Amino acid sequence: MARRENPEINAGSMADIAFLLLIFFLVTTTMNVDSGVSKKLSEKPPEDYVPPIIKEKNIFEVNINRNNDLLVEGDRMDIKDLQSTAMAFIDNGGGDGKIDEGVATGPCTYCQGEKSISSSDHPNKAIISVQSDRGTEYGTYLKVQDELIKAYSTLRNRLSKERYGIPFPELEDSYKDDRSNLELKKKVEDIKRSYPEIISDAEPTSN
Amino acid sequence: MSKFRKKKKGMPAVNTASLPDIVFMLLFFFMVTTTMRETDLKLENPSLPSATEVKKLEHKSLVSTIYVGKSKDVARHGAGFNRIQLNDKIATAEDVPAFIINSRSKVSEAEVPFMTTSIKADKESNVGTIIDIRLKLRDVNALKISYSASKAVDN
Repeated sequence: MARRENPEINAGSMADIAFLLLIFFLVTTTMNVDSGVSKKLSEKPPEDYVPPIIKEKNIFEVNINRNNDLLVEGDRMDIKDLQSTAMAFIDNGGGDGKIDEGVATGPCTYCQGEKSISSSDHPNKAIISVQSDRGTEYGTYLKVQDELIKAYSTLRNRLSKERYGIPFPELEDSYKDDRSNLELKKKVEDIKRSYPEIISDAEPTSN
Repeated sequence: MSKFRKKKKGMPAVNTASLPDIVFMLLFFFMVTTTMRETDLKLENPSLPSATEVKKLEHKSLVSTIYVGKSKDVARHGAGFNRIQLNDKIATAEDVPAFIINSRSKVSEAEVPFMTTSIKADKESNVGTIIDIRLKLRDVNALKISYSASKAVDN
C-alpha cells in the first residue's frame, strides 16, 4: 500500500531558477538617469515683429565656425577661457539696468565687475548671442552653451551666498521640496532676476 | 566520553532554505527598477556630449525623445550623423510637429505645458539638424527642451 502522506517537494533547485531570472534582469537592467542641459526656447515672434534696438556693448557675440573654432567679440578664443570672459561681461555693471514694469532698476549694486563703459550696462541688459554654422559639431555647440550657463550659475551662486548664505543649487533644491514656501520662492526669484539667463541663438550661417 | 565523540562527526550542512528568499528579494528589486527600452534604436547609440550644468529629467511620462545620429542601416538611410529618429522610424525634421502633437494627445491637457522634448544627439551631429528640429518645435510651441548630455566631472 502506498504511503498516504504528501511527499515533500524538492525545493533545492528553486534557488537556481531564481538565480537565472536574477541574472537575466541584472544583465538587461539599465539604470541610466536621463539628464541634459535644459533650455527654454523663445516663442515664435509674430509676423510684424520688430526686434528692439540693442546697444552693441550689451551684446556678447560668440561665433562658432564649421571647424569648431570660437570667435568671441571678434577675437579667437579657447573654449576654456569662455566662462571667465562671459562672466566679466555679464558682471560688468557699467550703467543703468532696464526699466522693469515701469520701475527703473538703476545701476547694478551687486556687480563686482570692472564697470567699464565699453561692456554691458547691467546683467538684465546683457545678452549673449551664439551664432554657429550649420556644419558646426553639436558637441562643440553644447560645450559652448554649457560654459555660458556655467558663467551664469557661478554668478548666481556667488550672489546667493552673499545674500542668503547658501549656494544657489541648494536654495533651489529646498524650494523644489517645498513649493508652498513663499519666502524661498522670493529668494529664488530674486537671484534669478538679478542674473537672468539671456542666451540667444542667432540664425546659423550656412556656407 | 561518548558525549564528546559525537561532536566530531563532520560539519553540519549550512541551512540554505532561506537562500531562495534572499535571491527572490534581489530579483524583485531588479524587476521593479528595470526599464525595458520602449523603442528600438534604428540609429547607432548616440555618444552623448558631456556637460557640467546638467539637470535631471523629471516625469518620464512627459518626456518625448528625439534621436539624432548615425543610421545603423547606412545603405537604406544614408551615411552621416544627421539622421533623425522619431518613435521607431527614421524621419525628417518635417515630421517633428506631428510627433509632438501625437505625444501631446497621450497626456492630459493640464500637463501639456510641462512636457519636455529631449534631444539625444550624437556629438558629431551638425548644429544645422538640431536647429531645424528646434524651429519645428517652436512652431508647435514645444518650448521646453533638454539637450541630453552625460554629466562631466567639474575640473
